[in-house]
Amino acid sequence: MKLEAMYQEIILDHYRNPHHKGLREPYDTEVHHINPTCGDEVRLRVKLDGAGGDARVVDVSYDSLGCSISQASASVATDLLIGRTVDEGMRIAAEFTALMQSKGEGEPDEDVLEDAVAFAGVSRYPARIKCALLSWMAWKDATAQTLSADPNASMEERVS
Amino acid sequence: MTVLPRALDAEKVRADFPILDRTVRDGRRLVYLDSGATSQKPRQVLDAEREFYQRHNAAVHRGAHQLAEEATDAYEGARATIAAFIGAPPGEVVFTKNTTEGINLVAYAFSNAATAGPGFERFVLGPGDEVVVTEMEHHGNLVPWQELCRRTGATLRWFPLTDEGRLDLSGMDELLNERTKVVAVAHQSNVLGTVNPVRRIAERAHRFGAVVVADAAQSVPHLPVDVTELGADFLAFSGHKMLGPTGIGVLWGRAELLAAMPPFITGGSMIGVVHMDHTTWAEPPQRFEAGVPMAAQAVGLAAAVDYLTALGMDAVAAHEHELTCYALERLAGIDGVRVVGPLDAEARGSAVSFVVDGIHPHDVGQVLDDQGIAVRVGHHCAWPLHRRFAAVATTRATFYVYNTRADVDALAEGIGQAQRFFGTG
Repeated sequence: MKLEAMYQEIILDHYRNPHHKGLREPYDTEVHHINPTCGDEVRLRVKLDGAGGDARVVDVSYDSLGCSISQASASVATDLLIGRTVDEGMRIAAEFTALMQSKGEGEPDEDVLEDAVAFAGVSRYPARIKCALLSWMAWKDATAQTLSADPNASMEERVS
Repeated sequence: MTVLPRALDAEKVRADFPILDRTVRDGRRLVYLDSGATSQKPRQVLDAEREFYQRHNAAVHRGAHQLAEEATDAYEGARATIAAFIGAPPGEVVFTKNTTEGINLVAYAFSNAATAGPGFERFVLGPGDEVVVTEMEHHGNLVPWQELCRRTGATLRWFPLTDEGRLDLSGMDELLNERTKVVAVAHQSNVLGTVNPVRRIAERAHRFGAVVVADAAQSVPHLPVDVTELGADFLAFSGHKMLGPTGIGVLWGRAELLAAMPPFITGGSMIGVVHMDHTTWAEPPQRFEAGVPMAAQAVGLAAAVDYLTALGMDAVAAHEHELTCYALERLAGIDGVRVVGPLDAEARGSAVSFVVDGIHPHDVGQVLDDQGIAVRVGHHCAWPLHRRFAAVATTRATFYVYNTRADVDALAEGIGQAQRFFGTG
């Protein structure tokens, strides 16, 4: 019973048929994030258009090795982030991080998180939270690096 | 005719472990298959620790009051008990925090020797010297040697592995040579279960005067180990993996080597004479036990040793051997399961690591956990080993005195459950 609460059908769908997977050109920054406790890893690229928080997320592409939760989370993240502004993306990332840290008590806003609400059950399992956050952390890092390389971006705008 | 070891009655043993009575994940029976990470503790160990705190607690090797005397007797008595368990004199047993600290203690003796002055030349290491490890080491017996080489300019080399998961000794004659100063090897792999021929390696290493360090974290809890038979110069293990408390480990070292080693951690208790500008060192083992030591944990570990001795280490090893054979047989019967490590149970302990086709180990572990089965998932602090076998991670079951064939059955059924859940079985 509890298993199904964690492995929602939405999560298993994204795991079996991940969206936007594969590394693509063009891109501004590529990062490689590893979860040292289990060896899961993601290589993630970001392509932005514009400067600062108003920059548009043109593409997020990735290649990853890991469990169903980390794979599905990467897929869901790209769905939510591509086409948004950086500010919007950072707000979604913050909302998702808060949900993951809610110990199963969070009430996710489906209007903001869409398919990512399915991860609410994961937050009950502390050992799996890092899996769910891996690609989001990679995206935040790649985005911050891209913006800091842009002379028009200010420090305030790239920290969520 | 050989004398058969006393058979171990696992059901009777289980009654001594209160934690095995609890349930997990909404009423499931706990099937604990993670003793390779840490073992559970019998009532006898818990009682010994409580008794020490309730009746005898004081700082050992300090003070002349009655409690200080009793605490010191208890601590030194524990040292004697643990030393006898591995066939060593008490003066060769140093209490540490755990296996990792014991290995670092030896590694830092090598780098501290350069500036420790006369009497410590034996441990000086530098460019041109070689330190040899193996590709199957736990990070605890790899990273300290990498760091030692970085600090001293020595070169790190290693034994490769066979596809079966045993040490490839074919290049040993070249690998161990007159430049070799240290050989550090796992006695029993925490992932593969492989028991390594420490004596054979030590005989070759000793021809060149190299120091041999055995990581015994996974062997002393599970096999009869006698340091004179093993042939190593140092042996490190942890209390918490052998029914004892956390926070205590053991480093055994040959007396003449301990005497030639500068200290690792300095401060109170490890001194000879202290002046404002310099200090002389105490003799071993006190030289390596700075600060107020972990007396209650030493007493608890001695109680664990008494418990294992009463079971008989031959019986413990035979019991685990039977479970390992049965587990290898059950896993071989599941399509899509591949064991990483020797498939035959000879010279092999009870760590059984495996991959399940199409299911990441985290997900296998989650499904098992849902059924009350505790296993380890990940790289088990042996990342290079996993890379060698092209596995990002594995699922690992480890068995101990309180495990039964029913636990193995639960594991096999749990893997089947994971395959059904993820639609791969």
